[in-house]
Amino acid sequence: MSSETLSPSRASGTPDADQWHEPALPMRFLLWLKRDPRASISLLVLVLILGAALLSPWLAPHSPSEQNLDLILAPPDAAHLLGTDDLGRDVFSRLMYGGANSLYAALLAVIVALVIGMPLGLIAGFAGGWVDQVISRVIDTFLSFPAIILAVAVTGAMGIGLTNAMFSVGLVFAPQIARLIRARTLVVRQELYVDAARCFGASKARLLIRHVLPNAIQPVIVQSTLLLAVALLAEASLSFLGLGVQPPDVSWGSMIARGYLYMSIVPEQMYAPGLIIMVTAVAFNALGESLRSALDPTMKGHG
Amino acid sequence: MVTRVKQRMVATRLLQALPILVLATFIVFSLMQLIPGDVAVTLAGENASVERIAQIREAYGLNQPFLAQYGQWLWNAAHGDLGVSLLSGEPVGDTIARTFPNTLMVALYAVILSVLIGVPLGIISATRSGSPLDSGIMGAASLGVAVPNFWFGMILVLYLGLTLKWFPATGFVSPFEDFSQAIWFATLPALALCTNGIAEVARQLRSSLVEIQSSQHVRTLHAKGLSPARILWLHGLKNVSVNLLTVVGLLFSKILAATVVVEAVFAIPGIGSSIVNAVLQGDFPVVQGAVLAMVITVIVVNLATDLLCTVLDPRINEL
Repeated sequence: MSSETLSPSRASGTPDADQWHEPALPMRFLLWLKRDPRASISLLVLVLILGAALLSPWLAPHSPSEQNLDLILAPPDAAHLLGTDDLGRDVFSRLMYGGANSLYAALLAVIVALVIGMPLGLIAGFAGGWVDQVISRVIDTFLSFPAIILAVAVTGAMGIGLTNAMFSVGLVFAPQIARLIRARTLVVRQELYVDAARCFGASKARLLIRHVLPNAIQPVIVQSTLLLAVALLAEASLSFLGLGVQPPDVSWGSMIARGYLYMSIVPEQMYAPGLIIMVTAVAFNALGESLRSALDPTMKGHG
Repeated sequence: MVTRVKQRMVATRLLQALPILVLATFIVFSLMQLIPGDVAVTLAGENASVERIAQIREAYGLNQPFLAQYGQWLWNAAHGDLGVSLLSGEPVGDTIARTFPNTLMVALYAVILSVLIGVPLGIISATRSGSPLDSGIMGAASLGVAVPNFWFGMILVLYLGLTLKWFPATGFVSPFEDFSQAIWFATLPALALCTNGIAEVARQLRSSLVEIQSSQHVRTLHAKGLSPARILWLHGLKNVSVNLLTVVGLLFSKILAATVVVEAVFAIPGIGSSIVNAVLQGDFPVVQGAVLAMVITVIVVNLATDLLCTVLDPRINEL
């Protein structure tokens, strides 16, 4: 009750104070990009790749499933920038459509990891005691599983397909998020302002959502960016093994698998999907590292 | 000499590993619960007769409560009985014994390569930190972490295998038949697997060495007139070796996991390809058994590196 009556005055007071000290978030973001060329380049690369993938229905020169059986495994030319595959489909267009699936898959895995990992970490860190003990042991156990192998096994049990595969990958990542959040929660819950809020009678749920979560979120943003790179590689692995995306759908991983089959005839066809995965993963990693040094005050100047 | 403090720490670690081991078996067993619908019908395969389904239900104890099933499975597993393959009828234990050594050999080879290549690169980077060479090595390391290793394996097959013919492109020779041939055949897979490892070893070594170089005691050694090389060997590397050991332990787990995909590229008859084949064919006892074998291996390796670090770390005595 008392916390409800207090919150309006604080809510109106805090933003003003913030604005006095530093510029608004969009401005700070632009300043950061200007200061950190690594961040701006990797963000630009990611926006370009994401744009090409999302706009593939309008931008791609051909449909990903349009077959031209007179032109099979053709080398690159003006009409087919990266040649055609074993069914005469345009490899460049498939790369754009496949990107949409691969990036969706990576995002799905990270969202699943966040949805499972964040509440677990918050509860473990905030509840303490035997609840923390149990959750922490489960986290430790999951972390001792070789990640891809667990994902392969879970996919096998739930059924083959891209969504199930990435759900499994997310499940495998969740303990990493949970451990991170738990560690931050342990630190934050000792802070004076959390104690103060508790004294004013704020409920546990309110404490978690209003105070602990916002302060624990920064390392999670960094970790999620880095996990996007790992998830992208996991999608490639699972789709390569035939557990992820199923034909006629296409992803970068399944394109590598197809390219490998015809390696001795058109070796250049497996380069493009592998290279684009590598570039995207490097960009996610670089962005994550830049975010880490920007968000973590102890890392300032180490970037 | 291992002190009392260390003995107590080793004992604690061993005790902590026990619940993890038990939980891991529980998770592996619970995987079966994720199969949608009636597990017995799925296990029996397509067009199975009603008798066959009932037989399977009986054989797997599926009509019993979940915990009883788990207890039975764990009891059997502890006695080396992991069930039989639904497809070939081969005992799962035999499948593991046949395939796991191959995977372990390739994984160990990759770990050794990671250290042999990563350590010199890390030292070069650290001693010349800030130079173009350092930037080059660290740039290559960020590529090494981001490259899909199965794809890198294909490139190796194409160039070193098929074009230059330096190494056999694919295939495998068991290390028990002909060791030198086995190493020969495992070289490309190990190279494909070690990109990530090289990068991580080099990065970790560089950052620990750079940190130590700027520390007080190394500055004192400089002032006393010790040569940089001597400081690096006697004081730098000795201090970072514990960090490095931890990295290598974690690396083993990552590389072991990555074999699942790389084995498919090189047609290696390892445990990874058995897991993938079993998953694709719905052969669940094989999946459970093989995953269990891998998880236990990883837990044991992690525990071993942990204990070794405890014993080796000179700082722990001070606690």
